[in-house]
Amino acid sequence: MKAVITVIGKDMVGILAKVSGTCADVNANVVEVTQSILEDYFAMIMLIDIQKMTCDLDELKQALAQNVPSMQIHVMHEDIFNSMHRI
Amino acid sequence: MINMNDIMETITMIQEENLDIRTITMGISLLDCCDSDIDRSCQKVYDKIYRCAKDLVKTGEDIEKKYGIPIVNKRISVTPIAMLTGASGGDPVKYAKTLDRAAKDVGVNFIGGYSALVQKGFSPGDQALIQSIPRALAETDFVCSSVNVGSTKTGINMDAVKLMGTAVREAAELTKDRQCIGAAKLVVFCNAPEDNPFMAGAFHGPGEPDCVINVGVSGPGVVRSALSKMPSDADLTEIADKIKKTAFKITRVGQLVGTEASQRLGVPFGIIDLSLAPTPAVGDSVAHILEEIGLEQCGAHGTTAALAMLNDAVKKGGVMASSNVGGLSGAFIPVSEDAGMINAARNGVLSIEKLEAMTAVCSVGLDMIIIPGDTTAAVISAIIADEAAIGMVNSKTTAVRVIPAVGLEEGEELDFGGLLGNGPVMKVNTKSPAKMIDRGGRIPAPLQSLKN
Repeated sequence: MKAVITVIGKDMVGILAKVSGTCADVNANVVEVTQSILEDYFAMIMLIDIQKMTCDLDELKQALAQNVPSMQIHVMHEDIFNSMHRI
Repeated sequence: MINMNDIMETITMIQEENLDIRTITMGISLLDCCDSDIDRSCQKVYDKIYRCAKDLVKTGEDIEKKYGIPIVNKRISVTPIAMLTGASGGDPVKYAKTLDRAAKDVGVNFIGGYSALVQKGFSPGDQALIQSIPRALAETDFVCSSVNVGSTKTGINMDAVKLMGTAVREAAELTKDRQCIGAAKLVVFCNAPEDNPFMAGAFHGPGEPDCVINVGVSGPGVVRSALSKMPSDADLTEIADKIKKTAFKITRVGQLVGTEASQRLGVPFGIIDLSLAPTPAVGDSVAHILEEIGLEQCGAHGTTAALAMLNDAVKKGGVMASSNVGGLSGAFIPVSEDAGMINAARNGVLSIEKLEAMTAVCSVGLDMIIIPGDTTAAVISAIIADEAAIGMVNSKTTAVRVIPAVGLEEGEELDFGGLLGNGPVMKVNTKSPAKMIDRGGRIPAPLQSLKN
């Protein structure tokens, strides 16, 4: 089971560190990261393995929102993307 | 890995284009609650609804969090109450109050099924129920009512049409101090689907399983936005194709949520109803899709053709995405719930006559139309008869949900607030159809019914 974290907002120091740190705290393994910066705009998509995660997705989302308050963060189960974009 | 563009597309759809699961509706059969004593019957009804649906709202909220997609409404539909009234006798409003109490206790925001199926004739239970509808809607908050007065197979029961004209008027009058809300919770159908998850017309048909989960998906904003990104010289085949692809994606989300909800609740999954159901929110309008296709304003000549294409493309995309598409599946055109329709009605571009033509090609009928408070019951009956005729002959569902705005005249506005929206009182042709309505009887089934 995997989930997708997306982080969007104004670029600043330490976003990746804070997000991956929060994931480590709840035992979610980071599988893949794609990140781009367009002008001052930061966009990151992170795929995490949630098989052995110690909390549920909503709690992770809240923890992330607390640790990186200035960014727009979504945490969604990968199935929604798979069902929408794959036959 | 999942493509980055796909991920961003999904998130934009949800965040900016109002993609949502409009409703998870649990259908519950009450046939095993029948009792010759109405109070015992009501108790069994309450117990069964509570037992089946106690986790519905919580489950819906959990799924919302897991997939990050809003599930706007959690609702319940039940066996047409006229069947229970037939067995128990007594005042059917007792059932309405029981349903209302059960709905409040499990936390859903509407419960549908205060209904009767009388397309060919009445049983005593049907008649008692129909007469009690205005009172039931006035004395409850969450109960929705519907009556099926015709079908392609049976023709149109004109005695029922006559009764319903009066019922709609009375429902509005009894709630005139609450924006005539009673009439907004009452739908008169022809060819009513038994598995429709959308209110106010949802009921759990007698051919359905004991308990079932139906899902209604929506997303007019997503379709409009997809079309707005197309070049302005794209031809209509390309437009239809784009709508189809978008509908496919939306339906897949519905399928995912429906399957998950049915697993978590241990209840079989029924159908997905892929309907473009607008809300008064900006960017969530079916009229704006039609305008995006290339009309100056919804209601202009060409609206019916554009809507026909939209409705068909939505169905085609949906059918490809799920094997369990049912309900109404298509485009809804409720005037007061659609920002674009409200504007068109205010400007006088959209008339009831044009809406009637549109109902021949969309998925439902004359929906959420506010009419002058002094419209007679006979005229309302005649509006119902016209709609039922369109449904009967075209083998499709049609419905009428008009709200006589008691005390208001053409051009004034009625505001329900929330999802039901607001809108201007529309002009109605007042020439009297009373003689025809008073004749009663049945309009025989059309030749289309003889398919065997």
